[in-house]
Amino acid sequence: MTVLETTGLSIALDREPLVRDVSFALDTRDRVGLIGESGSGKSLTALALLGLLPAGMRASGRIVIDGRDYLGAPDRQWRRVRGRTVSIVFQEPLTALDPLMPVGRQIAGPLRLHQGLNRSDAERRAIEWCERVHLPDPARLVRALPHEISGGQRQRVALAMALACRPRVLIADEPTTALDVTVQAQILALLDELIEETGVALLFISHDLPVVAGLARHLLVMRDGRLVESGPVDDVLRRPRSDYARQLVTSAARVTRLARPAGGGEDR
Amino acid sequence: MSTPLIDTVDAVETVDAPARRRGARSPSLIVGSVLLLVIVALAVVSLVWTPYPLDHTDPAARLAGPSAPHWAGTDRLGRDQFTQLMLGARTAVWIGLSSVAVAFVIGVPLGLLAAAAGRFVENAVIGVIDIVIAFPTLLLAMLLVTVYGASTAVAISAIGIGVSAEVARLTRISASRVFTQDYVLAARTCGTGPLMILVRHVLPNIWHTLLVQATLAFGVAVIAEASLSYLGLGTPPPAPSWGRMLQEAQSTVAVAPWNVLLPGLAVAVAVIGVNLLGDGLREVLDPQLRTRRRATGR
Amino acid sequence: MLGYLVRRVAWLLGSLFVAGSAVFFLLRVLPGDPAVTLLAVGSSPDQLAAVRHRLGTDRPLLVQYGHWFGDLLAGNLGASLFTRTPVLDQIAGRLPVTVPLALSAFVLSLLVAVPIGVFAAVRRHGALGLAVSTLAQLGIALPVFWVGIVVVWLVAVRWRVLPPGGFPRTGWQDPAAAVQSLVLPVATLTIAQGSVLVRYVRSATLDVLSQEYVRTARSLGYSLPRALLRHGPRNGAATVVQILGILLASSLLGTVVIESVFALPGLGSLLLTSVKARDLPVVQGTVFAMTATVLVVGLVVDVVQRLVDPRLRGQA
Repeated sequence: MTVLETTGLSIALDREPLVRDVSFALDTRDRVGLIGESGSGKSLTALALLGLLPAGMRASGRIVIDGRDYLGAPDRQWRRVRGRTVSIVFQEPLTALDPLMPVGRQIAGPLRLHQGLNRSDAERRAIEWCERVHLPDPARLVRALPHEISGGQRQRVALAMALACRPRVLIADEPTTALDVTVQAQILALLDELIEETGVALLFISHDLPVVAGLARHLLVMRDGRLVESGPVDDVLRRPRSDYARQLVTSAARVTRLARPAGGGEDR
Repeated sequence: MSTPLIDTVDAVETVDAPARRRGARSPSLIVGSVLLLVIVALAVVSLVWTPYPLDHTDPAARLAGPSAPHWAGTDRLGRDQFTQLMLGARTAVWIGLSSVAVAFVIGVPLGLLAAAAGRFVENAVIGVIDIVIAFPTLLLAMLLVTVYGASTAVAISAIGIGVSAEVARLTRISASRVFTQDYVLAARTCGTGPLMILVRHVLPNIWHTLLVQATLAFGVAVIAEASLSYLGLGTPPPAPSWGRMLQEAQSTVAVAPWNVLLPGLAVAVAVIGVNLLGDGLREVLDPQLRTRRRATGR
Repeated sequence: MLGYLVRRVAWLLGSLFVAGSAVFFLLRVLPGDPAVTLLAVGSSPDQLAAVRHRLGTDRPLLVQYGHWFGDLLAGNLGASLFTRTPVLDQIAGRLPVTVPLALSAFVLSLLVAVPIGVFAAVRRHGALGLAVSTLAQLGIALPVFWVGIVVVWLVAVRWRVLPPGGFPRTGWQDPAAAVQSLVLPVATLTIAQGSVLVRYVRSATLDVLSQEYVRTARSLGYSLPRALLRHGPRNGAATVVQILGILLASSLLGTVVIESVFALPGLGSLLLTSVKARDLPVVQGTVFAMTATVLVVGLVVDVVQRLVDPRLRGQA
């Protein structure tokens, strides 16, 4: 069943097109990777899917969530979707979290907002979520401020926050780019576990082909604001049709070949 | 904390930037320049021509409203208000420019010294700057007037010194930012001396910030000058000043309220003019804003 | 925190010392002899010497300097050259006018300007938001005394509802009259301070709005105002405290001009008349008292900022 579908999505700033004619659909339990270099429009596409484009940018086309077109809908209607049907995890958890609010309350916030839980119930659920994302000593950790925990733990908090209200689509916008390689692998494993468990559809955005290929089943390749390729991961890796995808595949292959003997058993 | 006569609000408006950058040309730059040009034109023309000589009084037409012979009316001595306004513009521009010059001559070297020198000198300079910033311009002016009496030079010194602290603070902060950049570090490892780094890397990167600050400082100086003259601590008579025109107009406000309007408006036009000019310059000059404009839409 | 407090107080004492020295030496370079200005022309050398002795100006400069600080520590700011009233008494006599004026303007501008500033930030692209920002800009550009004159003309001259200036001779014994005479000065100062404050609050709010955690909150379904309510207070508190400090200091200084506009017998007009009369000890004492107040407010601001913002605590 299709949860989120976008057709002919274009984004422009001052009539200067930044994203052009992007179409794809996400079904329940889908795992789609969106790959492209920085500036190719992937993050803008993600923001548009939540109706959160920066002021001055205009989107056109269709964004259908649960059978209803939300593009151009007033903020009031978007708010019913955000965090409840579609959630997002951003790249840098340090700035995406309020530096002065205990992380437990940050996770509890959306629960109180969408499910009307009272404070103590919401905080209890926040502790449960901390357990589910394998944070150590959750009862104590919920009282910590973001700068008091590690980068990987912060991203776990961000994941708990995004999944707290059981959305059906999770957009992960370069969620591991700001992390160390070992931590990156742990977060990817956690992500894999969580989407398996919750059945949330995943849109994973990255510039790193090996990372995306390890997690996604379907691949979208974006360049200069357009989708240049779309297909199952194996097909794209084996028979890339566009020049750009071919470049991506060959350079990724070269890097992994180089990295393997040196880096050793890095398991993605 | 900055507490001159009127606070400079030079807040960097991060969120507004993309919205404003949408216009390729900067409207604030144009409007600001036009407003400022009006004031400067009044001042310059007054050098060669005014409707009446400064000391001309028209006893028959005291406190007259605007009319053909007196465009802006007359005061209680029958002096032409438009003449006073033009000469007041001259005073404002002159004191504004000189105080900004004083502020920069003191502030920029001090700020650069603090940024370039070691921790000890830097902390000492920061301390001095903090004290001067805490010491309000108005009080400094009052001290100086007590000693030397009211004069243009005292007004310029007091305003100049008051503003210099803010200039030094800004210079230090922006220069230190450049000093910690990797390319400066690279130049230093190649043996480039501090003076060369200053000329080649620091100044080219901070001059636009300083120019914007100069426009804001000019606005502060114009208001400060008006306030001092209003209090009777600025340029002494007979040299006209907007502040004193207002002080005199206040005593006759019941009969000739129109005399209050123009001098106040003149101050506002000058200040809004330079502030808009500063905003416009910031948009046009800041190399980072400029490149970000080209690469919007990440 | 304690170490910081000790350092900060030491810094305050240092700046008070520097400010005191500056006030002292700036006034000692005075050309001419205060004794001569005090006495009639043709006074005898004995009379002059007697006056110099009374003023202490016959002693070496450094001794005078020492006395100035000795007296300061003892809470003695000297006495007026002309009336011989102790400066401290004079200042105390003016506070019943200046303190209510400065404090009510401070509180009022807060009450008015904070909501307006937040509104102007949230609605920065809307017509009303732009109008508010423009008005604030105008309020900053117009001299405060001009605003005062216009207010006097409108309310006192045209409508005749309030006195144009002055303060009852009996002071607060007639509270109604005292309050009446402070309404216009407070309103004027509030307009001036409020405009500055609107801009500060607006840009502080814009700063919070541009933070990524606000975007996170929005991505979780919070509306913009609710996101601001959720994250604004704790993240804006440090800035707000700083703004309060600036506002309090400038309210105090603003009274100098305001009291002149409305002919109020407060601290500012005491300073102004002493400057014009060249009454050195009064100028010296009043300027020092005002500067000290500004410095102490600065200290309180810095300490409170640390209390409300744990991020600042780690810094030196």
